Parts: sequence; structure tokens; C-alpha cells
Amino acid sequence: MSDADPSITLYRLQACPFCERVARVLDDLNLEYQSRFVEPLHSKRNAVKRLTGARTVPAIVDESTGVTMSESAQIVDYLERTYGESGSDASGSARSGGAA
Amino acid sequence: MDLGFDVVEFETTDHVADGEQAPEFTRPLVGDEYWEDVPLADLLDESPVVLVFHPMDGSFPATYVWNEIREREWHESATVVGISISTPYAHKRLIESEGLEDYRLFSDPSNEIAREYGVTHDLDGMAGIEEPRPAVFVLDGEGIVEDAWVAEEWPEFPDYDEIEDAIASL
Repeated sequence: MSDADPSITLYRLQACPFCERVARVLDDLNLEYQSRFVEPLHSKRNAVKRLTGARTVPAIVDESTGVTMSESAQIVDYLERTYGESGSDASGSARSGGAA
Repeated sequence: MDLGFDVVEFETTDHVADGEQAPEFTRPLVGDEYWEDVPLADLLDESPVVLVFHPMDGSFPATYVWNEIREREWHESATVVGISISTPYAHKRLIESEGLEDYRLFSDPSNEIAREYGVTHDLDGMAGIEEPRPAVFVLDGEGIVEDAWVAEEWPEFPDYDEIEDAIASL
């Protein structure tokens, strides 16, 4: 059951463009991830604050590398560095073709 | 309770019964901090599991049922999860307003899960809206139904004592 849980968890807000951007990159890299949706109200995002120290989303937790971070640009950069074609730490997640 | 008239009866339904395997499903499961897709099977690790089908959040039966469960502290002896057609946002408000931090609720606006379990209720006077009829299923660690309680009247409230006995037997 839980053995199959993806190692990446994405904390997101429905319709938040920065979160959608990260989800798009995760999809492009063929990475499995679990989405956790939080509320629009910042004050109700304590789960995120406990993780990253801030209440902003998107935020990701990657258990396979021990990385926790927020800020979409930083996350995208991390994902591409770690799992993209040029990534050094490719854990079996080949990017498909690189079609434009 | 004597109302001086007969309460409306539900048509009989062929629902999931004692001894049967509870149908598997995945839906967003809403807690007090976030929601995420969770398969029912994941909950069986913390059995017994009590699956509570209830009318939409905001209706008085939903409020009554959850208040009773909270007061009886079922979370001490089981993994208790609700399911209604309400959205995750409505579930979050219910958790907040009724103090249900020890519980989680599945969101199933399609009502498909109630159909799988044979406990649907086509609401009179709300065109196009179908929801579960009140029903409670107590599951063991294998997902086998130890006890199924399904409302026969509208409204009807769960047989809490019988359900507690079923929880205690597991």
C-alpha cells in the first residue's frame, strides 16, 4: 500500500499559477508526486509553515533527497538539476525525448 | 420519537453487507490542515476503520452525527472517516466549526462511492443532486465489513451503540 507512495509531496493551492508551474515541471520530468492542497488563507497553512518556515506555496518535500523547499523558481531549478537530462543525481527518471 | 405520523421510508437497497469486502476507492481525504488523494486501503493499516456516509455538510444530520461521534471519542478506538458530496472546502469548514481535528472526511461530489456501496439518496426538491443516505460501515484490517448500518428512514440516525460494539469486537 504505502510502499508505492511517491517520494515527492507538493503542497499547493488550487489554481495558484506558481503551483501549477511546479506541477507541470514534475509532469514533464515524469516524476510521481502526491499533491496536498491547502487553503487560500495564509493563516491556515501551519502544515506548510512547520515544513519550510513560511506559509507560501508551492512547497515540496522530496524524501529521496531529504530536500524541503519553497519558491517556485527555486523548486523548478532544483527539479531540473536533480531529475532533468543534465541532472547528476538521476534516480531513474529519464526525461522523455526532450520534444519541444 | 413520536411525531404523530410516519417518517418517510427509504426504498430498500442492496447495500454492502456484513462479511463482505468493502469496495476500494480513492478520493480526496480532508484533514484540518490539507487534503490529498487517499485510497481506502491506506487507512486499513490503522484498523478498525469506520466509514460514515452522511448528508451534505451544513445539513443538521451531518452536524448531529459528527457531534455525537466527537462526544463518544470514537477516534480513540478506530480510524473514523466521513464521506459526503461536499467539497474539500466545505469539509474544512465543518472540521473547524465542529472541532473535528481528530477526524478526516472524504469528498465525493460525484456520489459514486455511495453508489458502489448501495447507499444512494436522490434528494427530493434539489434537482440534479444525489447524495449518500446515512450509513456506517465498520471495517477490519482486511477491509471486511464487520458491521453495516444503513438508514431505512429519512432522517434516521446511526445506531451508535451497535457500532461501538462492532468497533470493540475488532
